[in-house]
Amino acid sequence: MYKYDSYDHQIIKDRVNQFKDQTRRYFAGELSEEEFLPLRLQNGLYVQRLAPMLRIAIPYGMLNAAQLRRLARISRDYDKGYAHFTTRQNLQLNWPSIKDAPQILAELAEVEMHAVQTSGNCIRNVTSDQFAGVTPEEMVDPRPYCEIVRQWSTFHPEFAFLPRKFKIAVNACPDSDRAAIHVHDIGLQIVKNADGDLGFKVLVGGGLGRTPMIGAVIREFLPEQDLLTYLEAILRVYNRYGRRDNKYKARIKILVKALSAEGFAEKVEAEWEHLKDTPNRLTQKEIDRVKQHFVPPDYEDITDSSMLQNQLAENTYFSNWYSRNVAPHKRQGYSIVTLTLKKLGVPPGDASARQLDQLADLTEEFSFGEARVTHEQNIVLADVPQDKLFELWQRIKPMGFATPVLGTLNDIICCPGGDYCSLANAKSIPVAEAIQAKFDDLDYVYDIGELDLNISGCMNACGHHHVGNIGVLGVDKKGEEWYQVSLGGDSGQKASIGKILGPSFARNEMPEVIEKLLTVYVEQRHEDELFLDTYRRIGLKPFKERVYAGTH
Amino acid sequence: MPELINNGDIQTDHWVYLEKSDEPEKQTVPDGKVLIPLSTWLAQSDRLTGRIGADFGIWFDSDEEPETLGEAVRQFAVVGVNFPKFADGRGYSIARLLRERYGFTGDLRAIGDVLLDQLFYMKRCGFSSFALRPDRSAETALTGLATFQEVYQSATDQPAPLFRRRA
Ligand code: SF4
Repeated sequence: MYKYDSYDHQIIKDRVNQFKDQTRRYFAGELSEEEFLPLRLQNGLYVQRLAPMLRIAIPYGMLNAAQLRRLARISRDYDKGYAHFTTRQNLQLNWPSIKDAPQILAELAEVEMHAVQTSGNCIRNVTSDQFAGVTPEEMVDPRPYCEIVRQWSTFHPEFAFLPRKFKIAVNACPDSDRAAIHVHDIGLQIVKNADGDLGFKVLVGGGLGRTPMIGAVIREFLPEQDLLTYLEAILRVYNRYGRRDNKYKARIKILVKALSAEGFAEKVEAEWEHLKDTPNRLTQKEIDRVKQHFVPPDYEDITDSSMLQNQLAENTYFSNWYSRNVAPHKRQGYSIVTLTLKKLGVPPGDASARQLDQLADLTEEFSFGEARVTHEQNIVLADVPQDKLFELWQRIKPMGFATPVLGTLNDIICCPGGDYCSLANAKSIPVAEAIQAKFDDLDYVYDIGELDLNISGCMNACGHHHVGNIGVLGVDKKGEEWYQVSLGGDSGQKASIGKILGPSFARNEMPEVIEKLLTVYVEQRHEDELFLDTYRRIGLKPFKERVYAGTH
Repeated sequence: MPELINNGDIQTDHWVYLEKSDEPEKQTVPDGKVLIPLSTWLAQSDRLTGRIGADFGIWFDSDEEPETLGEAVRQFAVVGVNFPKFADGRGYSIARLLRERYGFTGDLRAIGDVLLDQLFYMKRCGFSSFALRPDRSAETALTGLATFQEVYQSATDQPAPLFRRRA
């Protein structure tokens, strides 16, 4: 993964000192609450229902063992001994004090971490595929481009006070999309043109929130060297013309819609004409330099898979886990393993300090000392030798990381919701827990197969409910918590926004509603159809009829 | 007296920043050091051309466009860009365009809600002077100009991005 040089260290160190001084001035009364707000937000510190929260960046999801141990230590020393992985490859501390924040940032900086621009109206942490660099599906490793974008966006002087927050995601797989680039402000799809040159297909204006939208392609092919100048052109058009009068209309998607994708693209191209041949154009030297940080580790030659085959044949529990939580690797003899942070009774994405330490040990023993976090709030060990899979599985079972539900109904994406978040209309975690409890029969869960169930506690959509095959949104009805269900959302290459099923439900009705939806699927599915396929074939109506049957 | 940070020095700010008027063609422009709204300049440029010099300039509001003047901005010694609220970031783009696209080389001044913690970014975008909010100490603000020793991106103050300078 990317290793800081003296420049990177200096920049983050200066930032820590800057924030220390800002915090000091705030407590000395030299900075008003209102002035301190954007400063602390751009350092990841925001105040929620119960306490300030600190959102720490995990750039494009990469973490090493030293960083995991440091996060464990920080959550012990400054928090209540646990941390929460978010749906945007960040990590949140739920109970730090504002006074401690500068010291926490200093301790993070020692292990090349920060909380820069994880909140506020600026360019946020760039996200990518959690299988980047190891999946056979990808064209090239997207991480070097993510790092290049990270550096460009870090303390960009022109774009620190945008109309609204701004999120960029990069994907390099032609046929799959774990980075959800269609629902980001900018989505970059790595492609090759007819001459075989690498570049990007550029999408803008995707997003969730109260006006969910799928991004529009504004350029089919952007040569890789032009990445930063083109991003700069997009951001400049947005910074100048994005709406600032209404926070709900301030995202770039509203501007793209107002101008039309073609109109927006024209403005960007016109701006880019001025920028494309400036020194900001990437050099091959820089691309190569950053790529050097992502060379494959020292893989061993493993050709004999008979041991694994035997273990799979002998142990159904192991083979269940293997078929759900282990993915194919580029390199023969290696596998990608997803450790689940979805255990009944624990809020999705929560990890205790002890678990963080355990994860650090696991990365060292099984995966070259590195891990990735996913937007489904799980942890990936990307380079596990196949002859060690059984051992790994045995180790992680008692730790609660081996729930074999990945990609299923019980791998719920869920925002912190009303238990933690001051913006919530409703609690989300208890809904997830009630659903998990209802569907604890693994055979049934496997039979249902791949299914994204996403829950958000309000319109801000941190739980990505619009792109859940089944989406659940907390709504407020005269001060009471209700839940609106939508069907047919998808964050992959054929991205779509879910359609609302009908009137909302009380919390205790939710597990039963889900059960009815699944029954319709089981009854109507063709062989090999996933939930989403059946939905796309038969539409909303049969589901709606079943769920509301007997009501009026 | 309000203070002005000019090329790293603290000075008393003797400038008048004339507010925008609903009837720019009729607005009276006082004598002495003055920055007038772009709209007033556009309405009265024939009459005011003689004022152009070290004590006279115009200012852009955050919703106004550098394209309106284009390279004609070069005739002024001082040009202001207003930040109605510090969270309104349009002025950063306006500044870069004035400098990098339209070749303005005079004194580019940030006016309005100008606070210490924006100065570093403002300087990077080409601002050379800062009319601080009167309730702020210029002395403290000066430190804001030196927050970072190194920067990643190219901007007005440093056209070469770090990747072209990295040792
Ligand atoms: S979706 Fe709403 S309730 Fe959930 S974390 Fe986001 S803002 Fe809070």
